[in-house]
Amino acid sequence: MTALHDLTVAQLAAALNRGETSSVELTRAFLARIESRDREFNSFVTVTPERALAQAAAADARRRSGDAGPLTGIPYVHKDIFCTRGVLTSCGSKMLSNFIAPYDATVSERFNAAGLVMLGKANMDEFAMGSSNETSHFGPVRNPWDLTRVPGGSSGGTAAAVAARLAPFGTGTDTGGSIRQPSALCNLSGIKPTYGRVSRWGMIAYASSLDQGGPMCRTAEDAALALNVMCGFDVRDSTSVERADEDFTRNLGNDLGNLRVGLPAEYFGPGLDAGVAAAIRAAARVLEELGAKITEISLPNTHLSIPAYYVVAPAECSSNLSRMDGVRYGHRCERPKDLLDLYCRSRGEGFGPEVQRRIMIGTYALSAGYYDAFYLKAQKIRRLIADDFVRAFQEVDVIIGPTAPTTAFRLGEKTSDPVTMYLSDIYTIAVNLAGLPGMSIPAGRADGLPIGMQLIGGYFTENLLLNVAHQYQQATTWHLQAPPHAG
Amino acid sequence: MSLSHDEVRKIAHLARLDIPADRVPEFAGQLSAILDLVAQMNAADTTGVEPLAHPLDAGLRLRDDAITERDQRPDFQAIAPAVEAGLYLVPKVIE
Repeated sequence: MTALHDLTVAQLAAALNRGETSSVELTRAFLARIESRDREFNSFVTVTPERALAQAAAADARRRSGDAGPLTGIPYVHKDIFCTRGVLTSCGSKMLSNFIAPYDATVSERFNAAGLVMLGKANMDEFAMGSSNETSHFGPVRNPWDLTRVPGGSSGGTAAAVAARLAPFGTGTDTGGSIRQPSALCNLSGIKPTYGRVSRWGMIAYASSLDQGGPMCRTAEDAALALNVMCGFDVRDSTSVERADEDFTRNLGNDLGNLRVGLPAEYFGPGLDAGVAAAIRAAARVLEELGAKITEISLPNTHLSIPAYYVVAPAECSSNLSRMDGVRYGHRCERPKDLLDLYCRSRGEGFGPEVQRRIMIGTYALSAGYYDAFYLKAQKIRRLIADDFVRAFQEVDVIIGPTAPTTAFRLGEKTSDPVTMYLSDIYTIAVNLAGLPGMSIPAGRADGLPIGMQLIGGYFTENLLLNVAHQYQQATTWHLQAPPHAG
Repeated sequence: MSLSHDEVRKIAHLARLDIPADRVPEFAGQLSAILDLVAQMNAADTTGVEPLAHPLDAGLRLRDDAITERDQRPDFQAIAPAVEAGLYLVPKVIE
């Protein structure tokens, strides 16, 4: 018999429905795994056993009274960027290492209302700024596929926890690839929805015009189930999109008979690892065998996405993080001599070097006289990049390519050179700049390490991405394979 | 593009970041490298291109002018570094 922790969310939900297990039993099993295994990975900042068991008991009572929803009683790990009332919400930073959130994020509220069980809060790059989970104040996370390698970032704690079977699924946020890249590096199925789908209220802001939450799961079917709980209009988020709720599982079973798939030439250029390229081409052939028609397309402004991102994101972060000033919450320096000293030393001590670099780049780009040359120029390039996708989606329904240029790199390999680290997100950033939905799914191995295939669709086509991913997963087994350190 | 140590100190001050003197050279090198990366934007001709601020070009919504917040001051002040009589305390601003 398969162990509980090896079951998918869909299988666990079915087992709960049939009365073969209870939420309390599941929750105890995952808490025990976290207790015994997480010292290897460091994927949790906070574990919340008492709260989890109380939520599990409430979920079981709800099920007995016939009031259970599809995911009532399912445990999950929550990225430590989502505010959780009464629980430390650190955002991976010393600045918020004492921040017990006084309210719940909308996403947290939605999970509570649906009866899910939070096991704890996941480690992450500080304020979601990083691609390796090495900028966290709480130490790096280790990849369950190879403990000497990074899990990716910024949602690296969630990725490692779900890959290691310490949680059935988890939440992430994606500003430049922070759901998709760690999903690729840890063999998960993660989706960043269209900008505006998932409420950003109570999700600590990094770059507000790019940030988007989403689920990180083992299968596309699980991602669809989780997305059903996460998405929805929220009046408290001014950029939330007013659309009717939809069922993201409804098209999973469609065949791929008339699907037009585009391979962008720019995603297969210099810098792409040969093993990753071969795996993605092989995955394209699988889709072809399933009936899809593959054509080569061009996204000619791809090379401008990283330069534009490193203006837009730092500019917005310098503004968003100005609220961390040591006055109302968070870290405050000892014995400030005046108000300016309080601001400068609290922020100098509370923020790590990567956050400080991005704040300074943003401050510089927004300083007097530079707005046109930096922020406005970057916004014009955003338009060029979005227009590339508009043209491409006249010819194809879905774009596929690698999620990341390489498999998981070694801890410490890229920490000394920020610009080298930034290039890890070369294939994911354009999707955020355009606001499109993007997904990463397991699609092969190179030297035993997972490779992710990225799927990009037009606005609000999450259903199609999940359908393609699910059909691919019916024909392949990459997503079912567990890492060596998940035993 | 190369930032001088003085420019780094000025930016740090604008950003209200206390940067130790011995870290300034390292920041100068790294920030200059990031600005070199950013400068690749200049190769693109953006004449006549409309800037994109919101991916879906959505406008701001208006809502009814109704009270939706309750008083949560005790909750918020419970996590503040220093409070007294319902006020946040900071070093003296006016002599």
